[in-house]
Amino acid sequence: MIKQQFEIPAGYRKWTNGLLAVGALALVLGFIFLGMNSDEHAQTRFWAVLLQNSVFFLLIVNASMFFICATTLAMGGWQMAFRRVPEAISTLVPVFSVLALIVFVGIIFGHKTHIYHWLDKEHVEHDSILKGKSVILNPTVFFVWTLITLGVWSAVGWKMRQLSAQTDEAPMDLEGSKSWMRTNTVWASVFIVFFGLTVASTIPWLWLMSIDAHWYSTMYSWYTFASTFVSGMSLVAIFVVYLKNQDYLEFVTEEHLHDLGKFMFAFSVFWTYLWYSQFMLIWYANIPEETVYFKPRMQGPYQWVFFLNLIVNFVLPFLLLMRRGSKRNYTSMTFVGVIIILGHWIDFYQMVMPGSVGEHYSLGWFEFGILALYAGLIMYLVGRMLASKPLVARFHPFLKESVIHHT
Amino acid sequence: MALKKFVVGCFDDENVLFPAVSKVRKAGYKLHDVYTPFPVHGLDKAMGLRETSLHTAGFIYGLTGTTTAVTFMTWVFTKDWPVNIGGKPHFALPAWIPITFELTVLMAAVGMVLTFCYISQLAPFIKKHHFHARATDDLFVMVIECTDRTNESEVRDFLAKSGAVEVDTQVAEEGWWIGRYDKDQKLYKDEIAVA
Repeated sequence: MIKQQFEIPAGYRKWTNGLLAVGALALVLGFIFLGMNSDEHAQTRFWAVLLQNSVFFLLIVNASMFFICATTLAMGGWQMAFRRVPEAISTLVPVFSVLALIVFVGIIFGHKTHIYHWLDKEHVEHDSILKGKSVILNPTVFFVWTLITLGVWSAVGWKMRQLSAQTDEAPMDLEGSKSWMRTNTVWASVFIVFFGLTVASTIPWLWLMSIDAHWYSTMYSWYTFASTFVSGMSLVAIFVVYLKNQDYLEFVTEEHLHDLGKFMFAFSVFWTYLWYSQFMLIWYANIPEETVYFKPRMQGPYQWVFFLNLIVNFVLPFLLLMRRGSKRNYTSMTFVGVIIILGHWIDFYQMVMPGSVGEHYSLGWFEFGILALYAGLIMYLVGRMLASKPLVARFHPFLKESVIHHT
Repeated sequence: MALKKFVVGCFDDENVLFPAVSKVRKAGYKLHDVYTPFPVHGLDKAMGLRETSLHTAGFIYGLTGTTTAVTFMTWVFTKDWPVNIGGKPHFALPAWIPITFELTVLMAAVGMVLTFCYISQLAPFIKKHHFHARATDDLFVMVIECTDRTNESEVRDFLAKSGAVEVDTQVAEEGWWIGRYDKDQKLYKDEIAVA
């Protein structure tokens, strides 16, 4: 018996509720003990952790929509067997956008200058570098561009899912499917171009790079993109494996999983390439205004995070996913998927923390509590979305291509 | 270097070839090889070939490259000829990554190509018997080796029944030799005779 419709199992619900409860508790306790604390270090920790998590998880769920649009533009058919999974994950973009927006409002209107130094108008007056950057680094530009970005991501993502939902209704004839594909291509192009203007350039500048406001790197946005894309693909792979284990997605074979594994492997290497490109030039030139970024990370209090980052995000996925068999195995794919997501969560941690909380950092109950909150939110919302729609786009013109897919 | 007797069956359809391959294996005939004009997905599985070890060899070659690069540069820059370059440490690992990477890729790539040529017995001036010229054009050519226990006419009937469009028997060199096709083999003449 083939199961078309996902029903949320009791165990899944239990884990979701558990994670959400732990996360909500951490958020409430964090707000009371850190957010309302008179100590500025505690306040900064509270907002910095929220910033790290809200940006990271927003970008990794958005990577799903990037995957859908990129494969649409490439006329790829192989992913059709599990395409409803990245679609369900991408429905989280509006929700996580709102959460991120709340955090931005909290930081900027709460005047958290330890996180965004450029908020301090008086200081900027005497700081020629920040003064020069104030054309872009100011609350107005920040909010206008953030709102446009979040709006376009959500709206175009919604349009792409709308188009996909049409394939559930009735088979299309040749002309109908041609024009349908054309509409898909147009919207996917809009998304990809806008994605290039946001994730691959401006958005990481505003949200993350401006924490170290004096410093800049031209690799930074690509580096952020690689980080979130590889985590996004891991998230898709974990859900695909989960659904396969529950006897759903009958068309997905180990061939599809193998290709997802290739994405995880290749983009782990790509991330390392960008990490290295950013690091090496700064290390080689050794100019103080550039090395200021790596000083606390490589030689300061964050040294262990710095090297752990490389091991977890490069060495482990590289060696564990190198064999063909491990990309086709449910257990190893899930294991590496979890490692990659946690690894890039740590990567975002070391992007946000040194410039905000500095040496007063901690990695404790609040950090992991908010991680649990977001994990619970992802499980809850994705599970609900998966259950609300058929798991296979039955009448998609490329479905057969995916069924007979062979690597 | 040995002459052997082969029964050669030619198929013009993938969908006929696949069942024929599995039937041949079930019947217990010794499958020498299947020659196809293009890579056919899943044929390796149907033929029961084990997974290649070429990638394991590639990994070892790559590791050799990494080790060579790192040890050589370490020796040069810390022991043999230490030079102060822009105040950098002598053991300047970040600066060596590109060279290490290049040497890893070079050794893995060249090593795998040479290993592949060696296992497939491919080299300049090395010749191997071609069972059918159209195996490079539009025919799937299945070759069954005749052992002492193989009844040749039975195999021919078997192949014809499995849907082969052409069946013939060839006595051919199994391994490779150095030489020229036009002098050593009457390849095209055979085909004309069959047609």
